[in-house]
Amino acid sequence: MTIQFGNPDRPNSYIGKTVPRPNAGRLVQGRGRFVDDVVLPRMTHVAFVRSPYAHARIGAIGFEAARRVKGVVRVFTGADLAAVCTPWVAVLAHLKGLKSPPQYPLAVERACWVGEPVAAVVATTRAAAEEAASLVEVEYEALPAVTDMMSALDEGTPVLHPDLGDNLAFRRVHEEGDVEDAFAKAHKVVSAEFSTARHTGVTLEPRSILVDFNPAEGQLTAWHATQAPHMMQTVFAKHLDLPESRVRVICGDVGGSYGIKVHVYPDEVAAAAIAKVMGRPVKFVADRLESFTTDIHARDHKIKARIAVDADGRILAMDVDDWTAIGAYSVYPRTSAIEGNQVVNLCGGPYDFANYRASTTVVFQNKTPTCQYRAVGHPIAVAITEGLVDMAAAELGLDPVEIRRRNMYADDAYPVTSPAKMRFEGLSHHASMDKLLALMDYDALRADQAEARARGVHRGIGIASFIELTNPSPFMYGIGGARISAQDGCTVRMDPDGSVVALSGVTEQGQGTEAMLAQVVAEGVGVSPDKVRVITGDTQVTPYGGGTWASRGAGIGGEAALQSARALRESILTVAAAMLQSDPEKLDIRAGAVVDSDTGEERLSLEELGRIVYFRGDTLPKGLPRELVQTRHFITSDYPFAFTNGVQASYLEVDVETGVVTLLKHWCVEDCGRIINPQLVDEQIRGGIVQGLGGALYEEIHYDEDGQLLNGSMADYLVPMAAEMPDMVVGHVETPTKESLLGAKGAGEAGTAGAPAAVMNAINDALRPLGACVTEMPFTPERILRALGAIEG
Amino acid sequence: MSEIIRDQIDIALMVNGEPVEARVPAGQHLIDFLRLELGLTGAHASCEHGVCGACTIRVNGDAVRGCLMLAAQAEGAEVWTVEGLTDSGEIADLQEAFVARNALQCGFCTPGMLVAAQELLSRGGAPSREEIREHLSGNYCRCTGYEAIIDAVETVAGDRAGKGTA
Repeated sequence: MTIQFGNPDRPNSYIGKTVPRPNAGRLVQGRGRFVDDVVLPRMTHVAFVRSPYAHARIGAIGFEAARRVKGVVRVFTGADLAAVCTPWVAVLAHLKGLKSPPQYPLAVERACWVGEPVAAVVATTRAAAEEAASLVEVEYEALPAVTDMMSALDEGTPVLHPDLGDNLAFRRVHEEGDVEDAFAKAHKVVSAEFSTARHTGVTLEPRSILVDFNPAEGQLTAWHATQAPHMMQTVFAKHLDLPESRVRVICGDVGGSYGIKVHVYPDEVAAAAIAKVMGRPVKFVADRLESFTTDIHARDHKIKARIAVDADGRILAMDVDDWTAIGAYSVYPRTSAIEGNQVVNLCGGPYDFANYRASTTVVFQNKTPTCQYRAVGHPIAVAITEGLVDMAAAELGLDPVEIRRRNMYADDAYPVTSPAKMRFEGLSHHASMDKLLALMDYDALRADQAEARARGVHRGIGIASFIELTNPSPFMYGIGGARISAQDGCTVRMDPDGSVVALSGVTEQGQGTEAMLAQVVAEGVGVSPDKVRVITGDTQVTPYGGGTWASRGAGIGGEAALQSARALRESILTVAAAMLQSDPEKLDIRAGAVVDSDTGEERLSLEELGRIVYFRGDTLPKGLPRELVQTRHFITSDYPFAFTNGVQASYLEVDVETGVVTLLKHWCVEDCGRIINPQLVDEQIRGGIVQGLGGALYEEIHYDEDGQLLNGSMADYLVPMAAEMPDMVVGHVETPTKESLLGAKGAGEAGTAGAPAAVMNAINDALRPLGACVTEMPFTPERILRALGAIEG
Repeated sequence: MSEIIRDQIDIALMVNGEPVEARVPAGQHLIDFLRLELGLTGAHASCEHGVCGACTIRVNGDAVRGCLMLAAQAEGAEVWTVEGLTDSGEIADLQEAFVARNALQCGFCTPGMLVAAQELLSRGGAPSREEIREHLSGNYCRCTGYEAIIDAVETVAGDRAGKGTA
């Protein structure tokens, strides 16, 4: 039996509707349970002594003064923890040539970035641990620091990790077609240099972990603000020499993740190692400076790129040379080569062209490690691609919409393989563009822009088409050897009162996973969503799964939930048919009751069925299957990734006297396949857009040439706040994936992928009559005034 | 010993309508006192230097940063947190609007955001979207992009204004 998604009046039609989030009521009452809210008997707190140097040899460590602080229980050096925790090396077999040195929970011998943990102090209160940590005396011998990206491979530059031979972590070159020939024969060639700044996620809840170890049971339990509980279970087990079955990771409420909380952090592993050594609970909650210096950074790229077009504006070729500096280590276990790799995979994504060359060069330096952060690589690839397309349009005198229409894959071209060798099952670039233009009333906006220009007001419209990688298969990490599950599972059971419990391996980070799962299960079984209780984030309880990353919760976790719910429905109907002496095919479950499928007449409530199965099983035929628990898993197999697409537009005003950009409005049309909950999807898009706008206008981690981080506070690292953000109009086209019954693809990263490029193109649209162009993000007033020639140097 | 270097201070205050007496470390912030000593974990510590607004609570009628005030300074104060404002029903409409509009995702900023929004709404009238944005511009939310929050506060402002004139 299939589900008639196209019929909104079908029974149990919860998929596709806005239903409230079951966990929202708790959160608005301040009854969330975040890691820092959890208190255990005999709990201790760990504070870390962190390197003040970007690169230094670690000498003697003096704990004398620290130990005198009241409440201090124990202190640890890197060597102490290396004795109980094995190091990790963040490489993946399919990223050929990627290298990284062994990394320890606390630095051993050498510190390689400002903020790297060097020693740990455990005390009965956090205040005591922090005070004592500040009294630890570490002898450092400063070493030369590598801080410039583009000279990292030069002969005179010190090699950060001598055992690796050089500062090159990874390089990939991809070439398709005859790029040089296409450029030689082109009507126009446009070249540009782009850069995206170092960002970090700035989760409002800092990274947090509370670990207990019970030596009597050999059991380690971690309450962890994480996106991937099962992955962390594996990591703790492997490096602390415990059986996986004796490690439990519990992930309750998490205060924002965006990719920040999907990685293995040395201080968190240190907390687990210390708990194992001490046999009592250890809590670590990062403070804001620790967040800035040790949460992963991202997006630190410099790119030279060019595009070749013919006289009609058809794209003939693209050539992209991307560089990124990932800090001192590749981050475990996902590695820090993925972002650059994504840039190679995604440039030119919406466009039908033949000749493509792209390379990424990934180098080490003495800064905080970078790794995957919301929309990994996408904002960079989209900025390069859409920036070049707009520049080519300007060269040819074409409207930005028209040049895109001439190059986007036709909506009936699928399946198709891109010159980057990405396989697209079904996208909707043209339909999405049509919808966008209607939503924004493009012609009226152009008229408004012209009218403003006549008044000396510089407004700009920027368009950015994009593709987005979602629903990853094992091709993302598994084939490289990482124990990161691309498969996910769901167990659904009916309890005696007719209510349903769903246990899922995907996790809730606030995006609405539990609401999505509740409505999918509700529709799949035939009960209302309030009869479904969803449980996520506990490795001892839920089916094994990957968690939240790469926009997979709805597409993978949702499909597993639907399949398990349909299986439970069948089990229930098998019992019901026996009780009613009917054919299961003639019965259905609607609104919590077994009904006659033709007439809709109620035959039996699920509560009554539950009473019989659980308490009067003697009245059922012997041998009748009565398994009211079903588990199903789902993994994609036809395509390595389910690509989505979309297009964004920004309308803004540039004050050419001050260089300040005012965002007037923003639009996004996105095709994430089947929409399960329209409100949740729209709010994912909006939140994602604003994260992208932050990158476009404000966010930039600054280091000096010695590798000192200069803006490690929220007063100095600017993030989007309410007053500066625009209202956003969100529209949809739905092209469900055929890989699943549900047809859902991911929606969580599209906003972030396209927003920076849309803003860049809008600023340049505003500045074009003045002959100015900006390509270095964020577009601060200073950079805009420099582009205008208003300030020099 | 001299009174000058006391490191513990006795305080008496009202928290969510209940009298509280405690001996607190002189350097303890009010947010830590509420969270650690009273178990009121609704408001959160995040940036801990007054920028993000996650620790926003009400002290003597004003929305205040719990991380910028010492517990010792709360002697004699009347303090309200999201827990108390929930129990009293004062912000029930705002909470309902936040849930209906999905004006929260992870929910970490929400208790502070609600206290800040209630401060604006308690002034009466129907603030414009710009005024709401401006008033909430000291409360950081990384998840929502703010629009849903502005919508929810605007809805409640309209509803309350409507009820006030009815």
